[in-house]
Amino acid sequence: MTTSFSRGVGLVSARVAHFDQPLPLRSGSVLPAYDLVYETYGRLNADASNAILVCHALSGHHHVAGHTDPDNIDKTLGWWDNIVGPGRPLDTERFFIVGVNNLGGCHGSTGPKSINLATGKPWGSDFPMVAVVDWVHAQARLADHLGIRQWAAVMGGSLGGMQAMRWAITFPERVRHAIVIAAAPNLTAENIAFNDVARQAILTDPDFHGGHYYAHGSHPWRGLRLARMLGHITYLAEDQMAEKFGRKRRPEAGSYGFDVEFEIESYLHYQGDKFAGYFDANTYLLMTRALDYFDPARVAGGDLAAALAVARAKFLVVAFSSDWRFSPERSREIVNALVHNGQDVAYAEIESEHGHDSFLMDDPHYHAVVDAYMKRIAT
Amino acid sequence: MNLPLGRADFDLIAAWVQPGERVLDLGCGDGSLLRRLIDERGAKGYGVELEDAEVLAAIANGINVIQGNLEQGLAGFDDQTFNHVVLSRTLQTVRHTERILGEMLRVGREAVVSFPNFAYWKNRMAVMSGRMPVSEDLPYEWFDTPNLRFFTILDFESLCAKMGLVIRERQVLDDAGRAVTEEHNFLGSLAVYRLGR
Repeated sequence: MTTSFSRGVGLVSARVAHFDQPLPLRSGSVLPAYDLVYETYGRLNADASNAILVCHALSGHHHVAGHTDPDNIDKTLGWWDNIVGPGRPLDTERFFIVGVNNLGGCHGSTGPKSINLATGKPWGSDFPMVAVVDWVHAQARLADHLGIRQWAAVMGGSLGGMQAMRWAITFPERVRHAIVIAAAPNLTAENIAFNDVARQAILTDPDFHGGHYYAHGSHPWRGLRLARMLGHITYLAEDQMAEKFGRKRRPEAGSYGFDVEFEIESYLHYQGDKFAGYFDANTYLLMTRALDYFDPARVAGGDLAAALAVARAKFLVVAFSSDWRFSPERSREIVNALVHNGQDVAYAEIESEHGHDSFLMDDPHYHAVVDAYMKRIAT
Repeated sequence: MNLPLGRADFDLIAAWVQPGERVLDLGCGDGSLLRRLIDERGAKGYGVELEDAEVLAAIANGINVIQGNLEQGLAGFDDQTFNHVVLSRTLQTVRHTERILGEMLRVGREAVVSFPNFAYWKNRMAVMSGRMPVSEDLPYEWFDTPNLRFFTILDFESLCAKMGLVIRERQVLDDAGRAVTEEHNFLGSLAVYRLGR
């Protein structure tokens, strides 16, 4: 069943859509105007029936696939390039694929780094709290802008999967398929706890300056680095860490000090440094909070089936065996609710050792499952 | 389960499903039975399957397949959600026999169970001649069979009596898929039951 997924979408560039119509947010605030930066791959067909929205997770963005620098292809590949392209599961010969950076992001869409027109200064921590449903409303306006009345599919992993679920509930008539990967109906207490520690690392960094660090020419780099290191641990699986790093030492080990001695430390420091070098701390705070708040069943008294009952989309739900942050049991809650309602759903639990990050990996069976499902989607 | 699909039991099961009814097929494989129930009978179908390759094939078949292990019961499926819960040629591969039968009648109003009859005369002949039977309905060699339980029509009915399950209908087929009307436990290769509480 595995197709050969060879070519990618090639060189891509982002576009910006500007929206002047104020956007009322879940928190009660209103965003007066905003930009959304997005990329598209493939061609929208004549009746605009082949569009797929790919929603990003915590640290993702609009650059889903292809490369942005022909001289530096590997380093500028999109975050989900392995699944998008001609002959790949999200086949750009059939589908028109849209990636968008969410509000509050730090990759070009309006967010804490952007200038607040009311003050002429960066929003910083004054940027309003955004919820998953707010992103979905903003994405809907982008869909209008692109002439897409109904998505063939809305798809995402982790926080991206939550957006797909939210789309199916908020705009039932605008989604034919919801593809919910490595997600959950809400966060567990443990998950919120990890997010809290990550946020505390940022909030207590002396360089945070109450979120207005731009004005100080500083960035809570240490806090963001710690937040990412912690997050990274939770995206991996214990077995995989043991296999990849075990107790391996660095060449400089043996100093009886607190410098890097173990390979796992070196790896985490590298990941933390890299992330803190390009990501915005305020965005990290907003994105983790949106994760915490996500709970579509809350308005239905905790009854997920009741919350999902309005959905008209067919669902593909995928979970990974070693994902302990968004475990298969949590995905089964979504599946069970849909079955309870008599809604269409297929569920695959992929054997994988890569923990939560599995959803980004190029696993042949996983991709074959998505590929098989996508081939059933009429365009 | 990658069982050869002698479709004779599918014909019977299809006739029992009314349009619009909800069917859960346990061990649904690539979803062939469900595809048929959906297309021919207008049923609303779900399947449970453990094997990766079968789940993939069922998804390609457009089936509502849920990957899971029957040995862990049907937790997550609500009580009395389905009109029929089907276990086609799979009961003999399940370790927790009583639990799965009980679970089927918890989530469904009716359990539809088909299984190969170990007491079929050709199977008896094979054993008499000193070899484990291999047939249309027992297609595996002893060393590669997924079957864990070897039982007969009489055995099964005695378990039903013990569990208080009501046999609403029984159809028995020979190895050519023809209906058997007498000496079921001797002439029948495959048995298909509708069970209730």
